[in-house]
Amino acid sequence: MSLCQNDIATDAPEWLTGEHMTGTTIMAVEFADGVVFGADSRTSTGTYVANRVTDKLTQVADKIYCCRSGSAADTQAIADYVKFYLDLQENETNEEPTVEVASRIFQMLCYNNRDQLSASIICAGWDKTNGGQVYCLPLGGMCVRMPFAIGGSGSTYIYGHCDNTYKVGMTEEQCLKFVADAVALAMHRDGSSGGMIRLAVLTKDGCKRLNIPGNQLPTFWSK
Amino acid sequence: MAGMYSTHMHLPRMVDMKEKVAEFWQEEAALSGPRKHTLQPIVTGTSVLGIMCTDGVVIAADTLGSYGSLARFRDISRLMKVNDSTIIGGFGDYADFQFIMKLLEQQTIDDDVVGDGVYRDAPSIHNWLRCVLYNRRSKMNPLWNTIVVAGRDYSGKPYLGYVDKIGVSFTDKSVATGFGSYIAQPMMRKAMEENPNMNVEEGKRLMARCLKVLFYRDCRSLNRFQIGVVTGADSSISEPISAETDWSIGANPSGYE
Repeated sequence: MSLCQNDIATDAPEWLTGEHMTGTTIMAVEFADGVVFGADSRTSTGTYVANRVTDKLTQVADKIYCCRSGSAADTQAIADYVKFYLDLQENETNEEPTVEVASRIFQMLCYNNRDQLSASIICAGWDKTNGGQVYCLPLGGMCVRMPFAIGGSGSTYIYGHCDNTYKVGMTEEQCLKFVADAVALAMHRDGSSGGMIRLAVLTKDGCKRLNIPGNQLPTFWSK
Repeated sequence: MAGMYSTHMHLPRMVDMKEKVAEFWQEEAALSGPRKHTLQPIVTGTSVLGIMCTDGVVIAADTLGSYGSLARFRDISRLMKVNDSTIIGGFGDYADFQFIMKLLEQQTIDDDVVGDGVYRDAPSIHNWLRCVLYNRRSKMNPLWNTIVVAGRDYSGKPYLGYVDKIGVSFTDKSVATGFGSYIAQPMMRKAMEENPNMNVEEGKRLMARCLKVLFYRDCRSLNRFQIGVVTGADSSISEPISAETDWSIGANPSGYE
């Protein structure tokens, strides 16, 4: 016997009722002076492209950004909380927050609410203690520092490419090319990734944003 | 709650009510939104092995965090030095293991701050983990791990314990989790039968051999592992190492193999 009615309309097409997901390709690479970020720009609702120019590189502190993948609502909410906590800490201590602290706040939120959230985040930035750092927080809420991290649905297609191409000790230009090529290859094959490539370079001097429009993406073999 | 009486034209007898109320609450629970329990492990670690030797305990695990079938994190440490007398190894969900590591780290800091030179020994940590894991299991929200506790007790005697996500807890001369319990445990038991007075050096070599076989036979393993040792004096975890693998049996396949 059913005592509660579930009254959401079931005939509407999935793209009207589906949750907004950032089926995505996101990436961050550490280099000597800082970090390079990359992401695609597609937000999908089922198979409809809800936003083709999304910005998935979200600032949470002056020199700390996060790349968001998974549920758009969940990751936006988490990033807002982290931004708030870091701002509070910065006001209390009068020091710029460290990337490790930011990633631990992400971990606290993602781990404690792991059953309700669908969020996979890469937190990266620059601080004067440890320079450029990249922390990967996949589903489930673990947090681990890595030399470079890829995430989102598109990342599955580029594990081989990244393992093949990454070298320790790359320069900023080499990192930018590495990230742009990898994200482009992922967008090429992943239906949930697409649009343009947003890049960012974070060093002690601040953040430099670059965009590669969708008609000027790096090209490879394609038929 | 309102629907309960409005769907019936008559009041049921008291005896029937109990069942109907139970049914009602079960359905309410099922429909009342997100449930609070760890439904599945996400990033997981595979086997942890442990063996007790005459002069210490050896524990080993590879450095892989698997995301389903993807070998996603190839450089994580699944062994943790809790203090000079204990090393733990984590099998299962890595986020839950990081949570356990954080709790134990805080415990060690608390021991340090007391300043009397006494730190929790391996049996104490093992017992504490059993309490935590059993308590979480009883709340239907388990920490999805099996932990191997390797160390020594206050008298200096070697100690090796096992505790899993449902609170099963025991000690033994050799323990293994996951695939290790099928493949490595028989190897370790045979080696101990042939050499009951194994020392730590022989134990380390045995571990490397077991991990090599696990790399051959466990899909979710990696040929990159750490070996931890707790002796009478202190505890340490090695840098990651790899085993030499032998593929000569595949040199001349006959038929399909």
